[in-house]
Amino acid sequence: MARKLLLENVHIEGINTYDVYRKNGGYRSVEKALKTMSPEDVVEEVKKSGLRGRGGAGFPTGMKWSFIAKPDGVPRHLLCNADESEPGTFKDRYLMEKIPHLLIEGMILSSFALGANQSYIYIRGEYMYVLRILEKAIAEAYANGWLGKNILGSGFDLELSVAPGAGAYICGEETALIESLEGKRGNPRMKPPFPAVKGLWQRPTVVNNVETIAAVVPIVNEGGDAYAQIGIGRSTGTKLISASGNINKPGVYEIEMNITVEEFIYSDTYCGGIKNGKKLKACVPGGSSVPILPHYLVCKTAAGQDRLMTYESLSDGGFATGSMLGSGGFIVYDEDQCIVRNTWNFARFYHHESCGQCSPCREGTGWMEKVLHRLEYGHGKMEDIDLLWDIQRKIEGNTICPLGDAAAWPVAAAIRHFREEFEWHVNEPKACLDRNYGLVAEKIFEPATA
Amino acid sequence: MTLNKETVETAENQIAFKEETLKEVGRVVAQYPEGMQKSALIRVLHLAQAEFGWLSVPVMDYVARLLHVNPVEVYEVATFYSMYDTKPAGKVKLEVCRTGPCMIEGAERIVKYIEDKLGIKDGETTSDGLFTLKTVECLGACGYAPMLQAGEKYHEHLTEAKIDELIETYRANPVANYMGMES
Repeated sequence: MARKLLLENVHIEGINTYDVYRKNGGYRSVEKALKTMSPEDVVEEVKKSGLRGRGGAGFPTGMKWSFIAKPDGVPRHLLCNADESEPGTFKDRYLMEKIPHLLIEGMILSSFALGANQSYIYIRGEYMYVLRILEKAIAEAYANGWLGKNILGSGFDLELSVAPGAGAYICGEETALIESLEGKRGNPRMKPPFPAVKGLWQRPTVVNNVETIAAVVPIVNEGGDAYAQIGIGRSTGTKLISASGNINKPGVYEIEMNITVEEFIYSDTYCGGIKNGKKLKACVPGGSSVPILPHYLVCKTAAGQDRLMTYESLSDGGFATGSMLGSGGFIVYDEDQCIVRNTWNFARFYHHESCGQCSPCREGTGWMEKVLHRLEYGHGKMEDIDLLWDIQRKIEGNTICPLGDAAAWPVAAAIRHFREEFEWHVNEPKACLDRNYGLVAEKIFEPATA
Repeated sequence: MTLNKETVETAENQIAFKEETLKEVGRVVAQYPEGMQKSALIRVLHLAQAEFGWLSVPVMDYVARLLHVNPVEVYEVATFYSMYDTKPAGKVKLEVCRTGPCMIEGAERIVKYIEDKLGIKDGETTSDGLFTLKTVECLGACGYAPMLQAGEKYHEHLTEAKIDELIETYRANPVANYMGMES
């Protein structure tokens, strides 16, 4: 039986209210930390746990925390990144909506560890109804003495509030999030200085994803070592996966990071297989930014080993034959889906969301969208495929923030693995208008056997 | 942004928040340290859009005065974020997600259906001023696709029948309270 650390109690009636949450062991970790541990002890447990950032980059959380500057007399801040805008990802919304006190509990622990007395949850504006759930839970936490001055008589003060965005993917990038929280456009900042030195209002700041902060609760409760027992290698603990696309059971699943991708897609505990008995064509395992994998590289690595739902295994083979765990936005495509159309859709998304600061991203994303549009609508030329490759190469690594890379990678991977499908669009300009490649490609396309 | 007669504040169309909204503004501003009240801007613009329908220049100027920032600081934010309308919109905005996972589950079909049903195109408003149709990028509901957002509410697993029902419901009771005060 797979262990659940975050969503264990999610199905309990009324768990979104303080009383039920508290009755089921809620806020235990705060008592433990504030009464028996120092902030350094909490950081140490998080380091021991091997917890890595759950927002996409997978940077070790304990290490990130230890970078925070501590100049005398300057307040520090913890910001929770609840901007969740990566296509394919909807786990944070689920967690905050169902069990908001878990995030608040994690915010108290993490703020204590960092010595932050004023913390904010930055949530995307579209989640306004979730913001209201959080504000209600925060009011309950204040009323019961878990927030405010001198919490549990420990001398630790914490003010916590929620701030909305207003519709900008870029605000999930941590420096853009900080700008937005300062009431400005979400333009990412040049680094250095890093937020750990100069962040919100030029003060030392740590930005962590919702799931990362929630994971601190079981780490403090059970100890970092116990947490590190779960999972494989440097992928410790559990991970929330948002499963979507052509599968029987889309939704949010908490997995131990040791199961195989095959089990995740085909087991009835998780996705329950491909919808309508169709075959797997491709999979984007970590949100729209990560490289798409063709069916023969989804369940096995290029070396023929079982692919696991871990940071290391999903990136096995680098970008040539692997992908990334990213934020855990797991999108499954069946045999009928058109990769060119999907790539065009993602390119349009990145064009729409580019903040416009850096030329390679501002111009390149729009250019890729146009070229992909003409390929998809039967006006493409063979040279366009190489042109796309050229544009994405010139975006990657040449921008202030990773949005440029995020826009380039899906295009590169689609061409790398599905070049013949792009060529078919050029060769069959009429057929590609009313039929997806998947529907006509049986002659050429080998369906997965897994 | 161009100024025209309708969007210039005059003695006749004085802009001001209702008493309770001003209280809410005060609560939000108090969440930030002294002198950092600009941080409240994004939330206050949501409140303004809910109360005045859209962000006209006089509304933005009013918000600027309220938060002691320059008008241009408000304009640049209002035009950057996709949830703000800097021109009039319908009472009910139907915002259909069209990104990746929603697309493969039929978002394009849903958009076409709404376009035909309401006789408007993406981005347009019905002549009675009731509905605006807008396609938007990923709303974080990929597992429950296709979906749309109307006001603060998420409508998921959409079908043609569900849309018929939805439009009837909103026609009878248009949601004007968009991202504003808690109702």
